[in-house]
Amino acid sequence: MKQRMHPLILALFLVIGVIGSGPSVAFTLEEFQFETEAEFHAFRGLIEKLRCLVCQNESLASSQAGVAQDLREEVYRMKQEGMSEREIVTFLVDRYGDFVLYEPPLKASTLILWFGPFIFLGFAGYILFRTLGRKTEQPEEDLSEAERARLQRLLAAGGTTDNQDK
Amino acid sequence: MNTQSVSVTNKSAMRALIPLIIFLGMAALLFYGLQLDPRKVPSPLIGKPAPMFELESLEEPGRLVSSDMLFGRVSLVNIWASWCPSCRQEHGELMVIARDHPDLQVIGFNWKDTRPEALRMLRQYGNPYVVSAYDPDNRYGLHWGVYGAPETFIVDGEGIIRYKHIGPVDQTVWETKIRPIVEKYTPKAS
Repeated sequence: MKQRMHPLILALFLVIGVIGSGPSVAFTLEEFQFETEAEFHAFRGLIEKLRCLVCQNESLASSQAGVAQDLREEVYRMKQEGMSEREIVTFLVDRYGDFVLYEPPLKASTLILWFGPFIFLGFAGYILFRTLGRKTEQPEEDLSEAERARLQRLLAAGGTTDNQDK
Repeated sequence: MNTQSVSVTNKSAMRALIPLIIFLGMAALLFYGLQLDPRKVPSPLIGKPAPMFELESLEEPGRLVSSDMLFGRVSLVNIWASWCPSCRQEHGELMVIARDHPDLQVIGFNWKDTRPEALRMLRQYGNPYVVSAYDPDNRYGLHWGVYGAPETFIVDGEGIIRYKHIGPVDQTVWETKIRPIVEKYTPKAS
């Protein structure tokens, strides 16, 4: 007979595995000490606007990637040195590109990104109103004199089909 | 009468095609978007002077390796680490490149690694680098915009970064992307 593990034992292993494998060293923001609460909030606000390039849908504030920690430390160091937020952002963009910012900057190559949706919306709105307007303005095309006569003929004929336009 | 009705149907048929055309345009655009790898972030450093660095040599602690060595000849700067599987994957190709192209200066940039592990990897797989700068704390990697290993930069003889490849270098990447750049900036032997 095949040796099988009791499901309960399996479950126990699973639980031990899940508990035991939790992040052993998690990066937190607590190691970054500031003199005032406001400074900490400014720091936090800044790194929340910056993207971690390793886990791209996480900000520098939340990412657990090693590189993110390096960048947090660097941002902290620059802040402690008294660099302005703009200078720090420029420093990072010069090295990592605009992608490091969650919000893309407004410039020629990003115009379509910023305004594309509005152009589309405007275009769609234009089509919508034009279509609606036309519907109400001209109801149905009126029949011409010849068509009216033909209609009468057809009705009088009592449903006999007549496809020839005479 | 007849011709008029034909032209009317033609016109409305054309109009009915407009959404289809818009849809196909969008689909083509999105399909193109699917081919792009979001992990490959273009480097803003292309065309700019390589950021300076001054680090210890991996092999000889105490000996300094600096960005000065980038001047004078075309260099391939390879960011690597022993913990990175893709670096092991590309290592063989780097060995071949270094062997076949003595004109090209292949420089290692050992990144966020430990010295014993890194040296062990070089002993095991061979050493394609003329020298490896040792940057365990990402001091200068950060200035190069490194966010993962492997990354490979081509720096021309004037110290200007000409190309950056993200991810492992294999033969196809070398032949189609990197080699043409290297040859473009290598002075022709006359």
